[in-house]
Amino acid sequence: MSEESLRPNLPPLALHVPEPRFRPGDPVDFAEVAIPPADAARRPDTSAPAAEFHELAYTLVRVLDEDNQAVGAWNPRLAPEVLRRMLRSMARTRAFDERMFRAQRQGKTSFYMKCTGEEAVAVAATLALDYEDMCFPSYRQQGILITRDYPLVEMMNQIYSNSGDKLHGKQLPIMYSARDTGFFSISGNLTTQYPQAVGWAMASAAKGDTRIAAAWCGEGSTAEGDFHSACTFAAVYRAPVIFNVVNNQWAISSFSGFAGAEATTFAARAIGYGIAGLRVDGNDALAVYAATKWAAERARTNQGPTLIEHFTYRAEGHSTSDDPSQYRSAEEATAWPLGDPIARLKAHLVAIGEWDDERHAAMDREVAEEVRAAQKEAEKNGVLGHGLHQPLDSLFDGVFEEMPWHLREQQAQMLAEEAASGRPWARK
Amino acid sequence: MNMIQAINSALDVMMARDPDVIVMGEDVGYFGGVFRATAGLQKKYGKTRVFDTPITETGIVGVAIGMGAYGLRPVPEIQFADYIYPALDQLVSEAARLRYRSAGEFIAPMTVRSPFGGGIFGGQTHSQSPEGIFTHVSGIKTVIPSTPYDAKGLLIAAIEDNDPVLFFEPKRIYNGPFDGHWDRPAKSWAGHSAATVPTGYYRVPLGKAAVVRPGEALTILAYGTMVHVCQAVVEEAGVDAEILDLRTLVPLDIEAIEASVKKTGRCMIVHEATRTSGFGAELSALVQERCFYHLEAPIERVTGFDTPYPHSLEWAYFPGPVRIGEALKKVMRT
Ligand SMILES: Cc1ncc(C[n+]2csc(CCOP(=O)(O)OP(=O)(O)O)c2C)c(N)n1
Repeated sequence: MSEESLRPNLPPLALHVPEPRFRPGDPVDFAEVAIPPADAARRPDTSAPAAEFHELAYTLVRVLDEDNQAVGAWNPRLAPEVLRRMLRSMARTRAFDERMFRAQRQGKTSFYMKCTGEEAVAVAATLALDYEDMCFPSYRQQGILITRDYPLVEMMNQIYSNSGDKLHGKQLPIMYSARDTGFFSISGNLTTQYPQAVGWAMASAAKGDTRIAAAWCGEGSTAEGDFHSACTFAAVYRAPVIFNVVNNQWAISSFSGFAGAEATTFAARAIGYGIAGLRVDGNDALAVYAATKWAAERARTNQGPTLIEHFTYRAEGHSTSDDPSQYRSAEEATAWPLGDPIARLKAHLVAIGEWDDERHAAMDREVAEEVRAAQKEAEKNGVLGHGLHQPLDSLFDGVFEEMPWHLREQQAQMLAEEAASGRPWARK
Repeated sequence: MNMIQAINSALDVMMARDPDVIVMGEDVGYFGGVFRATAGLQKKYGKTRVFDTPITETGIVGVAIGMGAYGLRPVPEIQFADYIYPALDQLVSEAARLRYRSAGEFIAPMTVRSPFGGGIFGGQTHSQSPEGIFTHVSGIKTVIPSTPYDAKGLLIAAIEDNDPVLFFEPKRIYNGPFDGHWDRPAKSWAGHSAATVPTGYYRVPLGKAAVVRPGEALTILAYGTMVHVCQAVVEEAGVDAEILDLRTLVPLDIEAIEASVKKTGRCMIVHEATRTSGFGAELSALVQERCFYHLEAPIERVTGFDTPYPHSLEWAYFPGPVRIGEALKKVMRT
């Protein structure tokens, strides 16, 4: 195309391309991030029509205040035992992540993803749901399994693709599936779980069941068409589903502006669909809990879906394949104005006299030891790369319920190949 | 140059020559792509010509069609070929037919780049070879390089082409050729003849296969990573095979295929994608239709299996030296 305009008397159009505020080497100042006081947001009745509280999609629901006290209408007034359980699940999640990250670096598996700084999003939400509710997570909600006391050894077996792996080494590490724990099989393709969660919730409603569904995706993933299809279905059929958008500011190297954050919030996506929308301080475990509880009550009383944006920060790299120092300022994680979810919940428990530094240190030692012991146990079943852990012919299991002729033929071919190769691969 | 650098160089050359060439995709801008293929381009050509996109493949491809219709030459990236499926409708129903349905009023001159193929422990969603899905669709060209030299020349030709092109990059050989022996040390492109890549403009035309190894005993049809695996197997087996690197599947160099098979009388087809309805089936049918009376043995297909890509059993899935070697013996036996 020629550079000169067809109509030179008109101003030339210009393309806006978003740019994050800080790049590597930049000093970080998050003063522009608006953080309302902890008791600022009102809490509508769960039977209120979604159109009556649009403002909640543009603020931040918060419970923990500057003095680490739980305040305001959203205070879930949890018993200290529940708070300690919440804290422990978050600490276990972090300890698990650290171990498994190191295991990947030691070559024991191919890949790992941490959720550091986002532990509250999965852990507190899980505690606010019923155990029977079905979760449709993305890859950063290991906290769901950990909170539901799914065995850490099983998670590690999956990460190692070893002989104990219930998914038979067929899935990428961390892409768990645990139906009995209410944890839907994770896909590597972003946001495909969103319409599926709606379908599960619609089925539950159609059957007169009492269980609801909850789905999670990152803010970057809200751009996928599946997200929007899910919102439409959920709104039309008032599906009993909770949509969680984990806005951790970054989608690999792309900041939230590339998903539309410069123009509006992610919670506000709900408004266009007529869905209830809440924007929540994702590093405030009590706020996450309260919002989820509220949304779950709406779902359970046939008020329909709720979309919750969890405003948080991805404190570590996207995955073991990522180097965030290449695209964002190293100061961001520490300067993040909403702090660390574990430190904040700890400070709250200390402030109400239900916790102290010694107990916290002891807990950290315990969870580290628990994770270490689980790792030792899991490694007895092998680690990825050290030989073959699955029977070779299991490669063909599970494509279909029954194996058609062409797969049987290929299976036979593969076994002949094994014989020809002289490889020490075990058969079934 | 390795293959990533060659691709980067092709983009650089084309962006410098033609202000209508733009690069877009998830993480391609400031960061330069998760495989670094677009590194440095945003700095050089600015944010309105090289930019990150929202994570929506259907959006990326649909927008690229619109840009092409305006007159630009977008080069969108789909981060992994496994993520091209959300964009299927825009590619199949729109890009592929725009010229046809508008009688040439509108065209979609875009080149969709995407790393594909396995052998990197990428599991089900970072390993697939979806080329057969697209060769089945009329109106899209499919290009697959196997060397840095070809990658650059073919990408330039693709960008200059007025039709929509899918440019699948075999990521297993981004950094070095691969002989299929996964337990041997990785190789690098350094010292490989096809890694001498001119820094300036040149084209490798679409629709022309390359004879990477002349021979008389049989013809091997391959593309991408499999070209290198086949070469290694043939050398080891000491067979006088002719290896054709197809380089583009659509348009296909049928003349080169026909001439080679008529000369050797035997044909083996190798690809990593699953077998059923794979591109090998098309090749096999073509060879049978055109060379039947010259064939001395049944055509042999070597492919991935008809399963999703398994994480831990990935080397059992991969068509490696043993599978290819066994097939080779079979074709030569008759
Ligand atoms: C359909 C699809 N496109 C692209 C990718 C590659 N990819 C994996 S994660 C990711 C970024 C996701 O960011 P976000 O949704 O914000 O979640 P976060 O990683 O921050 O938790 C991308 C682009 C993918 N997995 N699936």
